[in-house]
Amino acid sequence: MEPFKAHSGLVIPFNRTNVDTDAILPKQYLKMLGKTGYGDFLFDDERYLDPGDVDIPVTERRPNPDFILNQSPYDHGTVLLAGANFGCGSSREHAVWALHDYGIRVVLAPSFGDIFFNNCFNNGLLPVILAQSVIDRLFELANQPGECVLNVDLEQCELGHGKDVWPFVVEPGRRDNLLSGLDDIGRTLAFGETIREYEVRRLPLEPWIFR
Amino acid sequence: MASQTLYDKLWDRHLVAELADGSALLYVDRHLLHEVTSPQAFSGLRSAGRKPWRISPNVAVPDHAVPTMRRELGVAGIADRVARIQVETLTHNCREFGIPLIELEDERQGIVHVVGPEQGLTLPGMTIVCGDSHTATHGAFATLAMGIGTSDVEHVLASQTLRTHRQKNMRVVFDGTLGFGVTPKDLILALIGRIGTAGGTGYAIEYAGETIRNMSMEGRMTICNMSIEAGARAGMIAYDAATEAYVRGRPYTPKGTEYADACRYWQKLHSDDDAVFDREEYFPVSALIPQITWGTSPEMVVGIDGCVPESAGSDEAARASFKRTLDYMGLEPGQALKDLPVDKVFIGSCTNARMEDLRAVANLVKGQKVSRSITQALIVPGSGQIRLQAEREGLDAIFQKAGFEWRSAGCSMCLGMNDDRLQPGERCASTSNRNFEGRQGKGGRTHLMSPLMAAAAALTGKLTDVREL
Repeated sequence: MEPFKAHSGLVIPFNRTNVDTDAILPKQYLKMLGKTGYGDFLFDDERYLDPGDVDIPVTERRPNPDFILNQSPYDHGTVLLAGANFGCGSSREHAVWALHDYGIRVVLAPSFGDIFFNNCFNNGLLPVILAQSVIDRLFELANQPGECVLNVDLEQCELGHGKDVWPFVVEPGRRDNLLSGLDDIGRTLAFGETIREYEVRRLPLEPWIFR
Repeated sequence: MASQTLYDKLWDRHLVAELADGSALLYVDRHLLHEVTSPQAFSGLRSAGRKPWRISPNVAVPDHAVPTMRRELGVAGIADRVARIQVETLTHNCREFGIPLIELEDERQGIVHVVGPEQGLTLPGMTIVCGDSHTATHGAFATLAMGIGTSDVEHVLASQTLRTHRQKNMRVVFDGTLGFGVTPKDLILALIGRIGTAGGTGYAIEYAGETIRNMSMEGRMTICNMSIEAGARAGMIAYDAATEAYVRGRPYTPKGTEYADACRYWQKLHSDDDAVFDREEYFPVSALIPQITWGTSPEMVVGIDGCVPESAGSDEAARASFKRTLDYMGLEPGQALKDLPVDKVFIGSCTNARMEDLRAVANLVKGQKVSRSITQALIVPGSGQIRLQAEREGLDAIFQKAGFEWRSAGCSMCLGMNDDRLQPGERCASTSNRNFEGRQGKGGRTHLMSPLMAAAAALTGKLTDVREL
């Protein structure tokens, strides 16, 4: 996974609550076997006027001009600003792969679906929980004419826009994941001996678990 | 020792290590896999040259993208080329890594959350994970069961542990007796309506109280299943005599003296009397009526005698979202839901496709006919074994005589990954768990309800109060 230290990008004001992972990536794309190639299908149901599927080239489809990702300057945005409970619903990590593959690097929201939030940190996507007052202010800025560029510094845990700076909080372990880009599994397997010891302790208590 | 909640007990029992960064390694006793969220995890193992930590905790079954017709053809019968490759990939991966697989042709095949309990793969006191958000279903057996992403599927395969964070404790106490025509599905929908789809975020929910104590295991599974629709990754219910009666004698349930030992341990799987919860909800149920969703989020729910709200208040974003929802659903502010015509009926999913659901539907539709205005009424059993049992009881004949299509097991129209889906603008009475935009098919309009209410809608062709039939 590519490390995430800092990012500077255009904010996409996506003012909607309860954006579910079905909306982020519809079901027909869950048939794919890789972790890449989902970006063209991000928000597929809304982004295109005609229905899509894995085998239908997006170049042959009609983009929905009313959808924000099809509008300038937001079509080159990389920081998604959203309402509460972003990423609720299905556990599909494909939703995170689609956001990342499209080019989104940061999602800002007052709250997130638990499983989605967790999945982000395994894929180099930074989800930031912010107070509603900060979210409201960012929507104000992003909705003004001109481009709203936000500087996101994960090492300092700060968002910056012009002279404004907002601190944010990320759990240390999850922050380290993104900063280092390191494989979680490798770090866990370093505890291999501890896991074996646990199994030895547990076996006599519930032997049927180890059948 | 200080008083503990059921969640605390399960957490402590499975805690392998608390890590310096604030997360924890939790041991995973059972890992269920399916075709959609596992291929990238197996690829990851392969490219890192890793093997599964243990084999026996893992069991795989294809369910999400499988057809519900012409199953005698097996995998070759999957018309969608990409879906067929995905199911074949599951078979290939399971062979390569030695993971036990219940194949499409196997009579035990079905929706992973139906198959687990049915086979005794789900046992009290376990931690259970699966790359599917409805894994909380298994919490009905006093387990800690959670949905995980594909990166975590790979992590669990490689290490038998999950890197996770301790949740807060919430208890929901349901008190009283459910009225005529009111089911566990109505109970969980009403709860989601009350606390909202983010109400349980960050919590593990324990469902308790008289209503739960008197409820069947199947009803308890329906309740726990939709915990994620209330925002909670895990929902659970204490072990009791009903749990014991359900798990006894299942293929993977321990036998003989080991079973007696297991039952002795399982007796402890309840919250202590004086355990403290971070949040408590008290929910009297005796006045509850059948519930029905009107919008595109499970929290948009009212009783069958209810109406779409008149407005969403003064907040601009909320008003825009309300208008968008009503445009999508083809409804007006203040519109009554009763008598709204529906096009299709779907009775199935990991929420409501078990024997108890099918028997209740059969009892209602016996000798009746599906309304002519209904273009399709599907009944999709949760597993091959349920399908066989229903046929032994003659339910298939009742359904087909009434005009329902009787299908083979799978997730089907709950998420429309196979051919069972809604067309744009079609309105569906559905026993599934999500009414999101496009969930059952692009432009499809889903109303969530109980199997009884969906069956009633099938008979009348419109949203109907089953108590009036």
